[in-house]
Amino acid sequence: MSDQRYEIRIAGSGGQGVILAAVIVGEALALYEEGLNVVQTQAYGPEARGGASKAEVIVSRGKIDYPKATNPNLQVILTQKACDEYVHDASPNSVVIVDDFFVTEPPKINANIYSLPIVRTAREEIGREIVTNMVALGTIASILESWDLAKPESIRKAILDRVPKGTEELNSKAFELGYKLIKEKL
Amino acid sequence: MPKVEFWQGNTAVVMGAIAAGCRFFGGYPITPSSEIAEIMAAELPKVGGKFIQMEDEIASIASVIGASIAGLKAMTATSGPGFSLKQENIGFAYMTEVPVVVINVMRGGPSTGLPTKVSQQDVMQARWGTHGDHETIALAPASVQECYELTIEAFNLSERFRQPVILLSDEVVGHMREKIVIPEKGSYHIVDRKRPKEDPEKFVPYKPDPEDDIPPMASFGDGYRWHVTGLTHNQWGFPTNDPDIAEEKILRLMRKVRRFKGEIVKYDTYEVEDAEILVVAYGSVSRTALSAVREARSRGMRVGFFRPITLWPFPDDELRGLLGGVKSVLVPELNCGQMILEVERVVGGKARVFGKGLVNGELFRPSEIFDFIKEVA
Amino acid sequence: MPSQEVLNWLRTRFFPHIWCPGCGHGIIMHALLRALVDLGKKKEETVIASGIGCSSRMPGYIDACTLHTTHGRSLAFATGVKLANPELTVIDVMGDGDCTAIGGNHFIHACRRNIDITAIVMNNNIYGMTGGQASPTTPVGAYATTAPYGVLDVPFDICKLAAGAGASYVARATVAHPLLIEKYVRNAVSKKGFAVVEVVTHCHTQFGRKNKRPRPIDNINFFKDNSVMNNKASNMTLEELQGKIVIGEFVNIELPEYIEQYKNLIEEVGGNRG
Repeated sequence: MSDQRYEIRIAGSGGQGVILAAVIVGEALALYEEGLNVVQTQAYGPEARGGASKAEVIVSRGKIDYPKATNPNLQVILTQKACDEYVHDASPNSVVIVDDFFVTEPPKINANIYSLPIVRTAREEIGREIVTNMVALGTIASILESWDLAKPESIRKAILDRVPKGTEELNSKAFELGYKLIKEKL
Repeated sequence: MPKVEFWQGNTAVVMGAIAAGCRFFGGYPITPSSEIAEIMAAELPKVGGKFIQMEDEIASIASVIGASIAGLKAMTATSGPGFSLKQENIGFAYMTEVPVVVINVMRGGPSTGLPTKVSQQDVMQARWGTHGDHETIALAPASVQECYELTIEAFNLSERFRQPVILLSDEVVGHMREKIVIPEKGSYHIVDRKRPKEDPEKFVPYKPDPEDDIPPMASFGDGYRWHVTGLTHNQWGFPTNDPDIAEEKILRLMRKVRRFKGEIVKYDTYEVEDAEILVVAYGSVSRTALSAVREARSRGMRVGFFRPITLWPFPDDELRGLLGGVKSVLVPELNCGQMILEVERVVGGKARVFGKGLVNGELFRPSEIFDFIKEVA
Repeated sequence: MPSQEVLNWLRTRFFPHIWCPGCGHGIIMHALLRALVDLGKKKEETVIASGIGCSSRMPGYIDACTLHTTHGRSLAFATGVKLANPELTVIDVMGDGDCTAIGGNHFIHACRRNIDITAIVMNNNIYGMTGGQASPTTPVGAYATTAPYGVLDVPFDICKLAAGAGASYVARATVAHPLLIEKYVRNAVSKKGFAVVEVVTHCHTQFGRKNKRPRPIDNINFFKDNSVMNNKASNMTLEELQGKIVIGEFVNIELPEYIEQYKNLIEEVGGNRG
C-alpha cells in the first residue's frame, strides 16, 4: 500500500452509535494493524438523540494533515436525513452502503451503492436495534478486508475492548451478520 | 517499547497533565472541554490527586489557584464562555505569580455561539482577556500528540515563570482521535517551581532571584508564612500604593517572560527556503493549510508554511527571518482576523498580507486554502 | 490589652491597619486570635483567606499563611487550599456583601459540600469600603448611598441560609459579645465540616451615620439592647422578636465531611499507593 489516503464516513442520527462505530474502526486500524496513521473526527449537534450526526475515519500509511473526509471512499449511511445531507461528496466509484429501511431514496451518484438491511438485521435477527452500529461495523470490516487495509479480526478485537461486559456475544453476533451481509455481494 | 494509544485530544491533555505532575483539577462542565473534567475525575484519584467539580467556572479557577498555593500542580479546563468567566481570577494568578494551567478548547462565539463547533475566536481573549498588563504564554496544539506534549510544556512554563499558561486547543483537536505514542517517563523534561532555601523567618516572598526576575515560591503548609494579595504589593507581599514599587512590580511581571522569549517560543515550518508565498496557520487550521501547501508544491508553486505553536509570545523574530523572498503572506484562521494582526505587525509592509476568515463552525477544507493560495499567486 | 500570645500572631510591621477608629472588625480579629491561641494552632499551619472589603483586609494583619483573594471568591480559593493540603486549618473571613451577594453561590455550595473550613462572616449591613452602598443584609427601610430613599428588598438571614444549605455548624454573636465570638469561633474551627460564625458588627462610618447610630458606642449599645439568646428567643412571639438579633448556636451536628469522603475514594481506587 502506498501513502494513499482512505476516507471512511459513518452517518446517521444521534443514538444510533455512529460515533462509537467510527471510534472502533479507528482503534482497530491504529492499535491492531501495523504502520497505519489514523484520525477520527465527528460532527454532532446539541441533541443526544436524533439530529444528523456523522463520524469519519481517515487512514493512511503517510502523514494525515487534514483530519476530515473530503471525498470519502466508503460511507455507511443509516438515515435519509444523513443521506441527503452528507452523501454527495462521495469519491467516484467509492462504496456507499445505505440502510434499506431508513434510506428510502438511495442517492443517484457515481458510486457503488449497496442498499442493505442493517437496521432490520439488528431488529429482526438480533432483536435489539441498539446493535445497529455493530451490523454496520461488520459491513465496514468486509470492505476494509477487500481493500487489504484491515483484517476483520482487528475490528473484532476493538469491539471487545469497547462494549460493556456481558454484551460481547450479542455485539459479536451482530458484527458477523453485518460482515456476511455484504461479503456475498462483493 | 513506547505505548501507542488512539486517544482524543482532550484525553491526551489529561494524561499529559498527569505526566507533568498535575495533582489537582477544579472544573465545571462545558462543551467541548467536558471530557477533560470527566477523565480527570476518573484518573486523578488513582494517582492520589484531587478532582473537584466546583459550582461555577469562577470557583473552578479559584480552587485551582488555591491548590497551587498549597503546593500542587493544578489546572482547569473550559471553553469560550467559561474562559471569559475565569478571566478575573486568571488576572489574580498573574498578579500573585501563582502557576496554573488553563485549557481552553475553543468553540464558536460570541456568547453561547456554536458549542459543538470549532473556532479560533479566543486568540485575543487569551492575550488580553483579563484586565491589566501582563505577558501571556499560550500554546496551540494541532494534533493529539501535541495535546499531550504541549500540556506538559504548559506546566513546565507555568512552574518556571510562576504565571498562568494557557493551552488554546480547539473543538477539532480536542475531540479528534488520533494515534499517539506515549513518551516514556524520563524522556521528557519536568520543571518544578523554585522553592525558597532561606529560614522561614527571613523569607521575603516576592523578592526576585536576580538570575531570572522570578521569586522562589513557598507553599502554604511547608513551614513558610506569607501573604498573597491581588493588590499591588511590595516584596513582602503587602499592599502598597508607592509609585516606584507599583511600577517595578508590573515591569518585572513583563520582564520575567520577555527576557526568556527565545526559550519559550515554538514554531514549525515546511518548505520555507524558496517560498514566495507563505501560509501562516495554527491549531486545527494548520493541518488543512499544510495539506494545501503540499498540493501547491506538487504543482510546482513556491509556497511555504509557518505554524506558530506559541501564539503568545508570538514567534516574531522567527517569522521575520523567513521573509527574505516572500511576496505574500496568507493567514487563514477560524475568526474574522485576530492572529493576522500579529503577522501584519511582524511583516511590517515587507510583503503583502492577506487574511481569510471562517466563522461558520466548520474547519477550512484543503481546497479552500488551495484556492486562496491560487488567488494571490 | 491583647496577651503576648495573641500579639505574636500579628504582623505589627504592617500596621497601622485601614479600619476606622472604633470599627468592630478589630474586636472580631482579637476574638479569632484568642481562639487560635487557645486551640494551640500553629501560624505556619493556619490559613486565613478573604475576599474584598474592609473585613477582608484582616488576613494581612495576621502572621499566618494569608490569602487575600478576589471579591466574593475566597471560599472557592480556600476550598482549593484545603483539598490540596487537608492538614492545614483553613479559616475564611468575609463581609456580608462578599459572602451573600457576589459570593453567595460559593457560600451555599461550601455549606452543601461540607468541607472542613470555618467561615467568619462579619455582617455590618453595608458595603463599607466602597462608600456605604446597600448590601443583601441591609434592613428594609435603612438608608445607604444606593438606597437614598431606604432599602426596598428583604435581607438575607445568613445563619438560616447556612443551615438550609447544609453547614455542620452555624452560630451568631455580635461584637458586643466578644467572649461569645471567641467561643463560637473555637467551636467552629474544632468542627470537622463546614462551619459558619456570623458576627453582627457595625460600620458607624458608612451605615451608622445614615441610620442614627453614628458613634461606635451607639452600635454596641444597640447590639446589647437588642440581642436575644436563641433558647430565650424560641419562647418569644414573632412580634416580640421584631427588630431583635437572635444569637447563639443554631446548628451543631456531625455530617460526612468532603475531604474525608475524597480520601476514602482515593483509597478505594488505589491512589494512596506510591
